[in-house]
Amino acid sequence: MNRTRTFGLVAALIAFAVLPNFLKSYGVYLMTLFCVYLMAIFGLNLTVGYAGQMSLGQAAFLGIGAYQAAIFLKLGWPIFIVLPVAGIVCFIVGLILGFPALRVQHHYLAFATLGFNILVYLVMRNEEKVTGGTFGIPGIPRPSLFGYSLDGALPFFYFTFLSVVVLALFLWWLLRSPWGRAFAALRDNPMRATSLGINITAYTLLAFAIGAACAGVGGVYYAALVQFIEPAPFHFSASLTMLLAVIVGGSGRFFGPVLGTIIVVLLPEWLRFMQNWYLAVFGFAVVALMIWLPGGLLSIPERLRWKGAAK
Amino acid sequence: MEGCGEMTPTARFLEVKDVRKAYGAIKAVDGVSFAVGPGEIVGVIGPNGSGKTTLFNSILGQIKPSSGNVDFCGEEITGMSPLQLSRRGVGRTFQTLQVFGKLSVRDNLIVAAQEFQGTMPARLLAPPDAGLGQHADEMIEFFGLRHVAQLPAGSLSYGQQKLIDIAMAFMPKPRLVLLDEPCAGVNPSLVDQLRALLIDLNKAQGGSFVVIEHNMDFIMKLCPHVICMVEGKVLAEGPPETVQANRQVLEAYLGN
Repeated sequence: MNRTRTFGLVAALIAFAVLPNFLKSYGVYLMTLFCVYLMAIFGLNLTVGYAGQMSLGQAAFLGIGAYQAAIFLKLGWPIFIVLPVAGIVCFIVGLILGFPALRVQHHYLAFATLGFNILVYLVMRNEEKVTGGTFGIPGIPRPSLFGYSLDGALPFFYFTFLSVVVLALFLWWLLRSPWGRAFAALRDNPMRATSLGINITAYTLLAFAIGAACAGVGGVYYAALVQFIEPAPFHFSASLTMLLAVIVGGSGRFFGPVLGTIIVVLLPEWLRFMQNWYLAVFGFAVVALMIWLPGGLLSIPERLRWKGAAK
Repeated sequence: MEGCGEMTPTARFLEVKDVRKAYGAIKAVDGVSFAVGPGEIVGVIGPNGSGKTTLFNSILGQIKPSSGNVDFCGEEITGMSPLQLSRRGVGRTFQTLQVFGKLSVRDNLIVAAQEFQGTMPARLLAPPDAGLGQHADEMIEFFGLRHVAQLPAGSLSYGQQKLIDIAMAFMPKPRLVLLDEPCAGVNPSLVDQLRALLIDLNKAQGGSFVVIEHNMDFIMKLCPHVICMVEGKVLAEGPPETVQANRQVLEAYLGN
């Protein structure tokens, strides 16, 4: 990264950190929600954008993480236990979900993962004894950190914000390592990859597992943020929205999820002044983006550079 | 890497024994046998559809031969997966371009060799270039790709991608490389350059090559030993001059 970019990134982070102080509680809630979804969408970008494995099941992992957090936080488990447990469980389930990807690809894989999401949704809705069924789990306590309560909207925002930054740094490091290059090789040409000693079985499974773990961790923050969970937010339509975020932002670009999450989480809120029209406008915006910017919003600078070079 | 190492001094290097591959009634490969010694360059010629690529794919685990054996360094490798073969030092290029389009040229070369460095967990903790940056840069220099090293491989011309494709196969310093039509679609000046590069690589890395090619000038100047396949069978074998002068080969493939 060059200096201007680093400066821009630091400035954006500071602005994002300061902004909630000037917002009402709903604004702070939305910014926290943004961070939560960003974790899951960062993970999905690794699976879909970097490793090229189609997934329509990310909301299921967000849900698995959230339900676990709801149950364990209510039992009084500390957040530092709940977080790794959610991450590890989703990692393992993600690993298992990766197996269909070894056999099928693209839209077939999309349907396989979608089926998984529906399955998880049904478990959440029907296993009332564990999940509370359609009534969900109310009264989830906010965790505390070294005895410091995160009850307030602002403290919890900063906790979530810091966590998403840490997660992003981890993914940045992971994707810059030889693993990141192997994921890209798997995406671009699996046949060639395997003839070059790249174990595509292992990398496919890992791509799903790591992506799922990110969503699982995000789920913990989700449960603690909304303090009441029910199956609806983990419906497969949420998976579609997350996939949309990855593609709109710029699939396989590191900061793509940030823009994508702004579009799918924050833009609908900003368009609310249009009342009944907002969903239609949102829909049109997405259609236009897909037609004119199939590479996502982050492909704009590259396009401008090409145009400049062509002149 | 040259030969099989000290483990199997008496073993033949690559030995293809009576390999057959049938698709229903069509015998794509019909009892082909040949051997390749350490450091040797062998050419495979023959008309389109004569079974050359099917033979390659049978050796390389892309398809399972109907019968017959392939031994490499005294070990039977018939039916092994491409991944297992790559671990044994067998590399290949494909008839069509097979690069990683969105990765830079340099990353294409690094990723071609990185999986042979240490274990998977160790590679996660390894520096971003997996310690292969220098080797990749040397290869980039060797193939004359320095001015495009940082560009996505998919954005380059066919000829440049062909060079990347071939350079990738050589990055892990394989003991045996099977090249499927390296000159296809490559302009004449690049063909000469490619031949010179392959001869230099053969000297520098010491690996053995098996090359499928329709460009007779290229194959005759590159390969001291040539096999001509027709309709799934070996029609003639020997030094290029002998094969070229063979009456049956002239009739079936080379023409007048």
